[in-house]
Amino acid sequence: MSTTPDFDSLAVGDALPELVKPPLDRLQLALYAGASSDYNPIHLDDDAARAGGLPGVIGHGMLSMAFLGQLLTGWVPQRQLRGFSARFVAMTALGDSVTCRGTVKAKHEVDGERRVELELSAVTQDGRQVLAGSASVALP
Amino acid sequence: MSHEEFVGREFPPFTVDVDSWRLRFFARAAGADDPLYTDPATARAAGYPALPAPPTMAYSLLMDAGQPFRVLEELGIDLRRAVHGEQAFTYHAPLCAGDTLTGVVRIADIYSKKGGALLFIVVDTTLRNQHDRPVVDQRSTVVVRQG
Repeated sequence: MSTTPDFDSLAVGDALPELVKPPLDRLQLALYAGASSDYNPIHLDDDAARAGGLPGVIGHGMLSMAFLGQLLTGWVPQRQLRGFSARFVAMTALGDSVTCRGTVKAKHEVDGERRVELELSAVTQDGRQVLAGSASVALP
Repeated sequence: MSHEEFVGREFPPFTVDVDSWRLRFFARAAGADDPLYTDPATARAAGYPALPAPPTMAYSLLMDAGQPFRVLEELGIDLRRAVHGEQAFTYHAPLCAGDTLTGVVRIADIYSKKGGALLFIVVDTTLRNQHDRPVVDQRSTVVVRQG
Protein backbone atom coordinates (compact mmCIF):
# COMPACT_ATOMS: atom_id res chain seq x y z
CA MET A 1 0.00 0.00 0.00
CA SER A 2 1.34 3.40 -0.96
CA THR A 3 1.78 6.20 1.53
CA THR A 4 -0.85 8.90 1.81
CA PRO A 5 0.00 12.02 -0.19
CA ASP A 6 0.54 15.17 1.86
CA PHE A 7 -0.63 18.67 1.10
CA ASP A 8 2.77 20.36 0.90
CA SER A 9 4.31 17.93 -1.55
CA LEU A 10 1.42 18.22 -4.06
CA ALA A 11 1.28 20.88 -6.74
CA VAL A 12 -1.55 22.04 -8.97
CA GLY A 13 -1.34 19.97 -12.14
CA ASP A 14 -0.06 16.83 -10.41
CA ALA A 15 -1.76 13.65 -11.59
CA LEU A 16 -3.00 10.77 -9.45
CA PRO A 17 -1.80 7.28 -10.39
CA GLU A 18 -4.21 6.00 -13.06
CA LEU A 19 -6.62 3.16 -12.38
CA VAL A 20 -7.34 0.86 -15.33
CA LYS A 21 -10.34 -1.44 -14.90
CA PRO A 22 -10.81 -4.73 -16.76
CA PRO A 23 -13.23 -4.77 -19.74
CA LEU A 24 -16.90 -4.71 -18.77
CA ASP A 25 -18.62 -8.04 -19.21
CA ARG A 26 -22.18 -9.26 -18.74
CA LEU A 27 -21.32 -10.94 -15.45
CA GLN A 28 -20.12 -7.71 -13.89
CA LEU A 29 -23.20 -5.82 -15.11
CA ALA A 30 -25.45 -8.53 -13.70
CA LEU A 31 -23.66 -8.53 -10.34
CA TYR A 32 -23.65 -4.74 -10.18
CA ALA A 33 -27.36 -4.59 -11.04
CA GLY A 34 -28.10 -6.82 -8.06
CA ALA A 35 -25.60 -5.21 -5.70
CA SER A 36 -26.72 -1.66 -6.50
CA SER A 37 -30.47 -2.34 -6.72
CA ASP A 38 -30.51 -0.96 -10.25
CA TYR A 39 -32.68 -3.42 -12.15
CA ASN A 40 -33.08 -1.36 -15.31
CA PRO A 41 -33.10 -4.05 -18.04
CA ILE A 42 -31.03 -1.90 -20.46
CA HIS A 43 -28.00 -3.11 -18.45
CA LEU A 44 -28.98 -6.79 -18.59
CA ASP A 45 -31.15 -7.61 -21.53
CA ASP A 46 -30.16 -6.87 -25.15
CA ASP A 47 -33.80 -7.05 -26.26
CA ALA A 48 -34.82 -4.38 -23.76
CA ALA A 49 -31.81 -2.24 -24.68
CA ARG A 50 -32.65 -2.45 -28.41
CA ALA A 51 -36.29 -1.63 -27.71
CA GLY A 52 -34.94 1.55 -26.11
CA GLY A 53 -32.95 2.42 -29.22
CA LEU A 54 -29.57 1.20 -27.98
CA PRO A 55 -27.33 -1.20 -29.91
CA GLY A 56 -27.21 -3.54 -26.90
CA VAL A 57 -26.80 -3.51 -23.14
CA ILE A 58 -24.90 -0.57 -21.67
CA GLY A 59 -22.90 -0.24 -18.47
CA HIS A 60 -24.29 1.48 -15.39
CA GLY A 61 -23.09 5.08 -15.10
CA MET A 62 -22.90 4.56 -11.34
CA LEU A 63 -20.59 1.58 -11.90
CA SER A 64 -18.16 3.86 -13.73
CA MET A 65 -18.52 6.31 -10.85
CA ALA A 66 -17.72 3.47 -8.41
CA PHE A 67 -14.51 2.94 -10.43
CA LEU A 68 -13.67 6.63 -10.02
CA GLY A 69 -14.30 6.19 -6.30
CA GLN A 70 -11.73 3.39 -6.29
CA LEU A 71 -9.22 5.78 -7.87
CA LEU A 72 -9.81 8.11 -4.91
CA THR A 73 -9.78 5.52 -2.12
CA GLY A 74 -6.64 3.98 -3.61
CA TRP A 75 -4.99 7.37 -3.27
CA VAL A 76 -6.20 8.52 0.16
CA PRO A 77 -8.13 6.85 2.98
CA GLN A 78 -11.84 7.28 2.32
CA ARG A 79 -12.41 9.28 5.53
CA GLN A 80 -10.41 12.13 3.94
CA LEU A 81 -12.92 12.41 1.12
CA ARG A 82 -15.18 15.45 1.59
CA GLY A 83 -17.02 15.64 -1.70
CA PHE A 84 -17.26 13.67 -4.95
CA SER A 85 -19.34 14.32 -8.02
CA ALA A 86 -19.61 13.10 -11.58
CA ARG A 87 -21.47 14.00 -14.73
CA PHE A 88 -22.47 11.11 -16.99
CA VAL A 89 -21.32 12.32 -20.40
CA ALA A 90 -21.39 9.09 -22.44
CA MET A 91 -22.40 5.45 -22.10
CA THR A 92 -20.13 2.45 -21.66
CA ALA A 93 -20.61 -0.73 -23.68
CA LEU A 94 -19.61 -4.35 -23.18
CA GLY A 95 -15.87 -4.77 -23.63
CA ASP A 96 -15.06 -1.21 -22.65
CA SER A 97 -12.12 -0.90 -20.30
CA VAL A 98 -12.47 2.22 -18.18
CA THR A 99 -9.42 4.21 -17.15
CA CYS A 100 -9.84 6.61 -14.22
CA ARG A 101 -7.72 9.73 -13.97
CA GLY A 102 -7.41 12.62 -11.56
CA THR A 103 -5.50 15.87 -11.50
CA VAL A 104 -4.97 18.43 -8.74
CA LYS A 105 -6.81 21.60 -9.76
CA ALA A 106 -6.52 23.68 -6.59
CA LYS A 107 -5.12 23.70 -3.06
CA HIS A 108 -6.76 25.70 -0.30
CA GLU A 109 -8.01 25.77 3.27
CA VAL A 110 -11.67 25.11 4.00
CA ASP A 111 -13.27 24.83 7.45
CA GLY A 112 -9.81 24.91 9.06
CA GLU A 113 -8.43 22.00 7.07
CA ARG A 114 -6.18 21.78 4.06
CA ARG A 115 -7.83 20.41 0.96
CA VAL A 116 -7.06 19.70 -2.64
CA GLU A 117 -9.68 19.90 -5.36
CA LEU A 118 -9.37 17.23 -8.01
CA GLU A 119 -10.61 17.09 -11.57
CA LEU A 120 -11.61 13.55 -12.46
CA SER A 121 -12.20 11.75 -15.70
CA ALA A 122 -13.19 8.25 -16.76
CA VAL A 123 -12.34 7.33 -20.34
CA THR A 124 -12.66 4.17 -22.42
CA GLN A 125 -9.80 2.39 -24.21
CA ASP A 126 -10.52 4.41 -27.36
CA GLY A 127 -10.31 7.71 -25.50
CA ARG A 128 -14.05 8.37 -25.19
CA GLN A 129 -14.84 10.27 -21.99
CA VAL A 130 -17.72 8.69 -20.07
CA LEU A 131 -17.53 10.66 -16.82
CA ALA A 132 -16.38 14.16 -15.94
CA GLY A 133 -16.04 14.59 -12.23
CA SER A 134 -14.51 16.37 -9.29
CA ALA A 135 -13.58 15.62 -5.71
CA SER A 136 -12.54 17.49 -2.62
CA VAL A 137 -10.00 15.73 -0.39
CA ALA A 138 -8.61 16.75 3.01
CA LEU A 139 -4.87 16.19 3.37
CA PRO A 140 -2.48 16.33 6.31
CA MET B 1 -46.63 20.67 -18.21
CA SER B 2 -45.24 22.94 -15.54
CA HIS B 3 -43.21 21.43 -12.75
CA GLU B 4 -42.00 24.59 -11.01
CA GLU B 5 -44.61 24.19 -8.30
CA PHE B 6 -42.74 21.08 -7.11
CA VAL B 7 -39.49 22.93 -6.35
CA GLY B 8 -38.84 22.94 -2.61
CA ARG B 9 -41.15 20.02 -2.02
CA GLU B 10 -39.96 17.65 0.71
CA PHE B 11 -41.06 14.03 0.91
CA PRO B 12 -41.82 12.06 4.10
CA PRO B 13 -38.68 10.49 5.64
CA PHE B 14 -37.67 6.92 4.81
CA THR B 15 -35.37 4.52 6.64
CA VAL B 16 -32.91 2.02 5.28
CA ASP B 17 -30.69 -0.56 6.99
CA VAL B 18 -27.06 -1.01 5.97
CA ASP B 19 -26.19 -4.67 5.87
CA SER B 20 -22.66 -6.11 5.99
CA TRP B 21 -23.47 -8.74 3.37
CA ARG B 22 -24.82 -6.07 1.05
CA LEU B 23 -21.74 -3.85 1.39
CA ARG B 24 -19.48 -6.79 0.57
CA PHE B 25 -21.61 -7.68 -2.46
CA PHE B 26 -21.51 -4.08 -3.70
CA ALA B 27 -17.72 -3.82 -3.29
CA ARG B 28 -17.12 -7.09 -5.11
CA ALA B 29 -19.57 -6.33 -7.91
CA ALA B 30 -17.81 -3.02 -8.54
CA GLY B 31 -14.43 -4.74 -8.53
CA ALA B 32 -13.11 -3.00 -5.40
CA ASP B 33 -10.12 -5.13 -4.47
CA ASP B 34 -9.19 -3.29 -1.25
CA PRO B 35 -10.00 -5.72 1.62
CA LEU B 36 -11.12 -2.73 3.68
CA TYR B 37 -14.46 -3.07 1.88
CA THR B 38 -14.89 -6.83 2.19
CA ASP B 39 -13.08 -7.94 5.35
CA PRO B 40 -14.48 -6.71 8.70
CA ALA B 41 -11.16 -7.34 10.50
CA THR B 42 -9.33 -5.07 8.04
CA ALA B 43 -12.06 -2.46 8.50
CA ARG B 44 -11.72 -2.56 12.29
CA ALA B 45 -7.93 -2.32 12.03
CA ALA B 46 -8.47 0.85 9.97
CA GLY B 47 -10.58 2.33 12.77
CA TYR B 48 -14.07 1.59 11.48
CA PRO B 49 -16.64 -0.13 13.73
CA ALA B 50 -17.66 -2.41 10.81
CA LEU B 51 -17.31 -2.61 7.03
CA PRO B 52 -17.48 0.89 5.52
CA ALA B 53 -19.56 1.63 2.45
CA PRO B 54 -17.55 2.65 -0.64
CA PRO B 55 -17.99 6.30 -1.72
CA THR B 56 -20.88 5.78 -4.16
CA MET B 57 -22.78 3.10 -2.23
CA ALA B 58 -25.10 5.63 -0.60
CA TYR B 59 -26.86 6.10 -3.93
CA SER B 60 -27.82 2.42 -3.94
CA LEU B 61 -29.39 2.86 -0.52
CA LEU B 62 -31.71 5.37 -2.16
CA MET B 63 -32.45 2.78 -4.84
CA ASP B 64 -33.20 0.22 -2.10
CA ALA B 65 -35.72 2.62 -0.65
CA GLY B 66 -37.22 3.25 -4.10
CA GLN B 67 -36.56 6.96 -3.77
CA PRO B 68 -35.31 8.05 -7.20
CA PHE B 69 -38.34 6.56 -8.95
CA ARG B 70 -40.76 7.74 -6.30
CA VAL B 71 -39.88 11.34 -7.03
CA LEU B 72 -40.12 10.90 -10.81
CA GLU B 73 -43.44 9.13 -10.55
CA GLU B 74 -44.72 11.88 -8.30
CA LEU B 75 -43.82 14.35 -11.04
CA GLY B 76 -45.52 12.21 -13.68
CA ILE B 77 -42.26 11.61 -15.54
CA ASP B 78 -42.05 8.78 -18.08
CA LEU B 79 -39.11 6.78 -16.70
CA ARG B 80 -38.12 5.65 -20.20
CA ARG B 81 -37.35 9.26 -21.09
CA ALA B 82 -35.28 9.92 -17.97
CA VAL B 83 -31.54 9.48 -17.56
CA HIS B 84 -29.26 10.08 -14.61
CA GLY B 85 -27.25 13.12 -15.62
CA GLU B 86 -25.16 13.89 -12.60
CA GLN B 87 -24.53 12.61 -9.09
CA ALA B 88 -22.78 14.36 -6.20
CA PHE B 89 -21.92 13.28 -2.66
CA THR B 90 -20.92 15.40 0.35
CA TYR B 91 -19.51 13.29 3.17
CA HIS B 92 -19.96 14.07 6.86
CA ALA B 93 -19.34 10.81 8.74
CA PRO B 94 -18.51 7.18 7.86
CA LEU B 95 -21.37 5.01 6.61
CA CYS B 96 -20.92 1.49 7.97
CA ALA B 97 -22.55 -1.90 8.19
CA GLY B 98 -25.05 -1.97 11.03
CA ASP B 99 -26.18 1.61 10.52
CA THR B 100 -29.83 2.49 10.19
CA LEU B 101 -30.24 5.61 8.14
CA THR B 102 -33.08 8.05 7.87
CA GLY B 103 -33.36 9.90 4.61
CA VAL B 104 -35.18 12.99 3.51
CA VAL B 105 -35.68 13.80 -0.15
CA ARG B 106 -36.26 17.33 -1.37
CA ILE B 107 -36.71 18.65 -4.89
CA ALA B 108 -34.03 21.33 -5.09
CA ASP B 109 -34.61 22.63 -8.59
CA ILE B 110 -36.40 22.00 -11.86
CA TYR B 111 -35.46 23.82 -15.06
CA SER B 112 -35.50 23.27 -18.79
CA LYS B 113 -32.89 23.76 -21.49
CA LYS B 114 -32.78 23.75 -25.28
CA GLY B 115 -36.09 25.52 -25.62
CA GLY B 116 -37.85 23.04 -23.36
CA ALA B 117 -36.52 19.91 -25.11
CA LEU B 118 -34.75 18.83 -21.91
CA LEU B 119 -36.08 19.01 -18.39
CA PHE B 120 -33.58 18.90 -15.49
CA ILE B 121 -34.77 17.69 -12.10
CA VAL B 122 -32.38 18.25 -9.20
CA VAL B 123 -33.09 16.15 -6.11
CA ASP B 124 -31.28 16.48 -2.76
CA THR B 125 -31.26 13.65 -0.26
CA THR B 126 -29.84 13.81 3.26
CA LEU B 127 -29.04 10.64 5.20
CA ARG B 128 -28.65 10.67 8.99
CA ASN B 129 -27.60 7.69 11.08
CA GLN B 130 -29.10 6.13 14.21
CA HIS B 131 -27.20 8.71 16.33
CA ASP B 132 -28.97 11.48 14.37
CA ARG B 133 -25.63 12.44 12.85
CA PRO B 134 -25.50 13.57 9.23
CA VAL B 135 -23.67 10.93 7.19
CA VAL B 136 -23.87 11.89 3.53
CA ASP B 137 -25.78 14.37 1.40
CA GLN B 138 -26.52 13.55 -2.20
CA ARG B 139 -27.59 15.61 -5.17
CA SER B 140 -28.95 13.71 -8.16
CA THR B 141 -29.71 15.42 -11.45
CA VAL B 142 -32.10 13.62 -13.76
CA VAL B 143 -32.47 14.71 -17.38
CA VAL B 144 -35.78 14.07 -19.12
CA ARG B 145 -36.31 14.25 -22.88
CA GLN B 146 -39.51 16.20 -23.49
CA GLY B 147 -42.01 16.08 -26.34
